[in-house]
Amino acid sequence: MGASQSTESNLMASIQRHLSKIVVAPSFAASLFFVYGFILWTGYMAFSKSRMLPVWDWAGLRQYERLWQMERWHVAIENLLIFGGLFIVTCLFIGCLLAVLLDQRIRAEGALRTIFLYPMALSFIVTGTVWKWLLNPGLGLESMMHDLGWTSFKFDWLVNSDMAIYTVVIAAVWQASGFVMAMFLAALRGVDQDIIRAAYMDGASLPRIYFGIIIPSIRPVFLSAIVVLAHLAVKSFDLVIALTGGGPGYSSDLPATFMYTMAFQRNQLGVGAASAMMMLATVMAIIVPYLYSELRGGKKNG
Amino acid sequence: MADIQTYSHDAGWKNTVLRGLLYLVLILFAAYYLFPLIVMIATSLKSLDEIREGSLISLPRVVTFDAWNYAWNEACVGVECTGIKIYFWNSVKMAIPAVLISTFLGAINGYALTKWRFKGANIVFALLLFGCFIPFQVVLLPMSQVLGKLGLASSTPGLVLVHVVYGLCFTTLFFRNYYVSIPDELVKAATIDGAGFFTIFWRIILPISTPIIVVSVIWQFTQIWNDFLFGASFASGANAPMTVALNNIVNTTTGVKQYNVDMAAALLTGLPTLLVYVLAGKYFVRGLTAGSVKG
Repeated sequence: MGASQSTESNLMASIQRHLSKIVVAPSFAASLFFVYGFILWTGYMAFSKSRMLPVWDWAGLRQYERLWQMERWHVAIENLLIFGGLFIVTCLFIGCLLAVLLDQRIRAEGALRTIFLYPMALSFIVTGTVWKWLLNPGLGLESMMHDLGWTSFKFDWLVNSDMAIYTVVIAAVWQASGFVMAMFLAALRGVDQDIIRAAYMDGASLPRIYFGIIIPSIRPVFLSAIVVLAHLAVKSFDLVIALTGGGPGYSSDLPATFMYTMAFQRNQLGVGAASAMMMLATVMAIIVPYLYSELRGGKKNG
Repeated sequence: MADIQTYSHDAGWKNTVLRGLLYLVLILFAAYYLFPLIVMIATSLKSLDEIREGSLISLPRVVTFDAWNYAWNEACVGVECTGIKIYFWNSVKMAIPAVLISTFLGAINGYALTKWRFKGANIVFALLLFGCFIPFQVVLLPMSQVLGKLGLASSTPGLVLVHVVYGLCFTTLFFRNYYVSIPDELVKAATIDGAGFFTIFWRIILPISTPIIVVSVIWQFTQIWNDFLFGASFASGANAPMTVALNNIVNTTTGVKQYNVDMAAALLTGLPTLLVYVLAGKYFVRGLTAGSVKG
């Protein structure tokens, strides 16, 4: 009796000691399966002969070859470069400008900040829907300008296959620039006031204080913002679907919509898997060096 | 903070002009951000005739809630003309369990990883964190097969599972970073008093976690409510979440294009997250920055 009781309490003590591991185990297992397992699974699928149904027959690099021979994939990649580049640069510019302007002891700063940031709370589908309405050539901004007397005003980017991708930039900047503002504003508030005061005493003008001292000292935030925005750009899917549907034709396709179309509409599972792996590789190329430097930097600092 | 008033070498009148200019630019930007919302509201309150005759920015002459009523009760999603309301409830049924489960798991993971550190805890955390950054396209195909095998294809429980699994890394990140800053002595003292793993969690850690719970709940709710990719991939038809239904309504090509209904449906879809943002904006921003910037 006594012996069994003591083994029981030993067991309890050892469970107590291992409870931490037991508690984390389900999440860790889920992550191993649903993240790492699925990546391997998709990776394998990209080397298989899968088309309409997943099959396990080895096809080597055949799917990647087919992917890179598709005109549509090249359009998607080119669009990602245009969209990503313009989106990141414009968001950084507007976000930085708004943060600096708001940092001038503005009355009603809270209200303005709320207004600048609210689009970030909306679904990209909602954003896409409203911008689709604003930009539609028949009844949107174009007809508004005509009513205001500017009859030669023409704005048909939404249905123009050369320009459709730029409408995605317009809507995406509207949604995300306020978020960049919030990141910069937080950083500006953290800049050492003593250095600014010293520079002022030395006779530095306000623009010089900004460009010479403040902006360089918040450089890490630029890097963070670029990484976040690039990440958003590669993942952009909903906005394109709601705004242009990838069209006209496939002129505003991005890799994310390309992958979805191949996998769920065109019965090209292998090509879809290959394009997903290319997307993963792109994101990793951005994120891994960033995380590595962040974690290393963190160790150095503390 | 370095503002014009405090850090200017110029004369007073010059500063006044500059500040006037500053407010002008800020107000113009505010107008730019508000413009789509105002147009959306105005359009949703107009009749279709008024939309065709009038201008985009004109306010409705006759305010009518017909479009709202139609969007909620009658609008067609595919061939089903049941209005967006059933999809609203789909989203509610999906979001509430997914938010609660993922937040709870995140809290207990964060607690275990910081206050009961085991060998390899950091590696486990780093491996979990990686899930935050993958483009979800890379898991879509296996996920649809697994959901099919589990009998969860095109169902709300299936979507709950997906959102919990891919939300875990964010919630764990939030709670881990929050608990790191809580002194270990608190836990040590309680263990000396004989309290165990769960007692300490319930009695000591959870009561001081309110701010981070709010951050996590708001972040997860916004993410899950606004999701489109998983909804469109894994729940078609009558079980689709609201974003998918909205996109269907807007992109229906049959019949007369009802812009006022589109806008009303879009507003209905956006309202829950907007409400959360207006009521708890501070926590929303904290989630955004914590979720996007480092671990």
